[in-house]
Amino acid sequence: MIEILTSHAFNTIQDRGRHGARSLGVSTSGAMDPVALEAGNALLGNDRDAAGIEIQTFPFRLRFSRDTTFALTGADHDATLAGVTVPSWWCRRAKAGDILSISAPRRGARVYVTFGGGIDLPRVLGSRSTHLRAGFGGMEGRALQAGDIVPVGATQRADDGRVDFGVEPPDVATAGSGLPKERVLRVRVMRAGEHDLFSEAMRATFWSTTWKISARSDRGGYRLTGGKLTLDVPVEMRSHGVVAGVVQVPPAGEPIIQMSDANTAGGYPKMAAVIQADLWRLGQAAPGSFIAFSEVSYQDAVAAMAPVNDYLARLRATADLYRAL
Amino acid sequence: MGAIEKSPKISLIGTLAMLIEAPGDFDMTQQGRVWALADALSSWPNVQEAVIGVTNVLLVFEQPPDDIGVLSASVVELWHRLPSRMADGKLIEIPVVYGSEYGFDLPAVAMRAGLSEREVIRIHSDGEYTVCAVASSPGFGYLHGLDPRIYMSRKSVPSLNMSAGSVTIGGMQTGVAVLTSPNGWNAIGWASVAMFDPERTQPSLMLPGDRVRFRIDRIEL
Repeated sequence: MIEILTSHAFNTIQDRGRHGARSLGVSTSGAMDPVALEAGNALLGNDRDAAGIEIQTFPFRLRFSRDTTFALTGADHDATLAGVTVPSWWCRRAKAGDILSISAPRRGARVYVTFGGGIDLPRVLGSRSTHLRAGFGGMEGRALQAGDIVPVGATQRADDGRVDFGVEPPDVATAGSGLPKERVLRVRVMRAGEHDLFSEAMRATFWSTTWKISARSDRGGYRLTGGKLTLDVPVEMRSHGVVAGVVQVPPAGEPIIQMSDANTAGGYPKMAAVIQADLWRLGQAAPGSFIAFSEVSYQDAVAAMAPVNDYLARLRATADLYRAL
Repeated sequence: MGAIEKSPKISLIGTLAMLIEAPGDFDMTQQGRVWALADALSSWPNVQEAVIGVTNVLLVFEQPPDDIGVLSASVVELWHRLPSRMADGKLIEIPVVYGSEYGFDLPAVAMRAGLSEREVIRIHSDGEYTVCAVASSPGFGYLHGLDPRIYMSRKSVPSLNMSAGSVTIGGMQTGVAVLTSPNGWNAIGWASVAMFDPERTQPSLMLPGDRVRFRIDRIEL
């Protein structure tokens, strides 16, 4: 078990999300950076589906009640265990009583802590992810707070094997997607349903604008400022299902990108959709930072997942090997 | 020349979702065909879920499909072949406290409709509604069948904290709010019914194709 010592708003338990309940109006939730969460689980030999803690407000502190392996992934941050520095993208074993402290990231928005055996709370509709709005999943359906005792599952073996090693984060390790040169994150998108209803000038604005992620952005969606996209003839869309990554344009003209906690349905015209291979990068973009869109074809969008999948497969194989040494 | 049956509009939302929009106006025949389509598509390979909307279905895939063209053609073919599903679900009766502190928009609805508040209540509780889709929040049913006399457009500025259980009118639809949250629909009353419980075998009280009647429990004007 672990005890939460310091936690500010909106730090929650998340896994890969609650899939298959959209028909009941239940959004998927799930980690905003699923690659970081999965990498953290792979470092520890956990199942892909194991739940961890998504931290997006800092500082965050917890105490281990017993010897536990853990990993830190996601945004580039400083952390200490019992006063000793732990690098990010690293796994280590904590002793009973040790305190883990995590401070605000230098770059990126969300840090993930995973634990050997995963967080052992009951699944609700197939997932341990916190659904804050509906108030179920995770820790009683709410954000973590000081004093919470969070159960951690048992690992397969008494001795978890070797720990204390790290890996390169995916933005360093995956070719062609290196750190943004300018301070603008380039996000690849495919056109969506109503793209062609916008005039040529409006489409040009969409593709050429450097959009700022507004402070009014959260796990539900990113609101973008920097340009206005309007339709010559407004359309009344009937309510329809949407998925994370969809770029919708409300009548006021400032786009919204739906994220993990988005409603299952929307009714605004859809300009584009962020491809799966870039959604995790967007999940690390903080309010106040800038993004720009590039168009890719369906085939390119599918192919773009290969480096991400290869990275995770390599990471898991390497971690398995290390633990067995 | 006979009418040429139009095909649904198909578009992608990324690589893992495909939206299928029925052609033509919104009516219960098209909605019934959408239900039938969703029922059939949900058992197709690689389909994680077929999510029913208002005259549309969103397919969510496990993996990006190999050939979008072939898949789209199969969906269109199925659309033309499938018989419409009737609104043959269960009948749900919901007792409502009309007016009251929760139904704060009732006076505005009555004024807009040119009716008394009691007439609005009578018309709303006389109707039989059909659950078109469950979406937006867990267990929230979009109910079709509202009497046009009490249509009321959504508010441009949402009420900030509308209570769960609020009985609402949004445009030509009515519904029961599931969560306490900002809401642009017009509240006319309140119902104490558990619309959604994730621990139940069937978490959502309302399912597409169900019918709903609102019964006057009490009127507080």
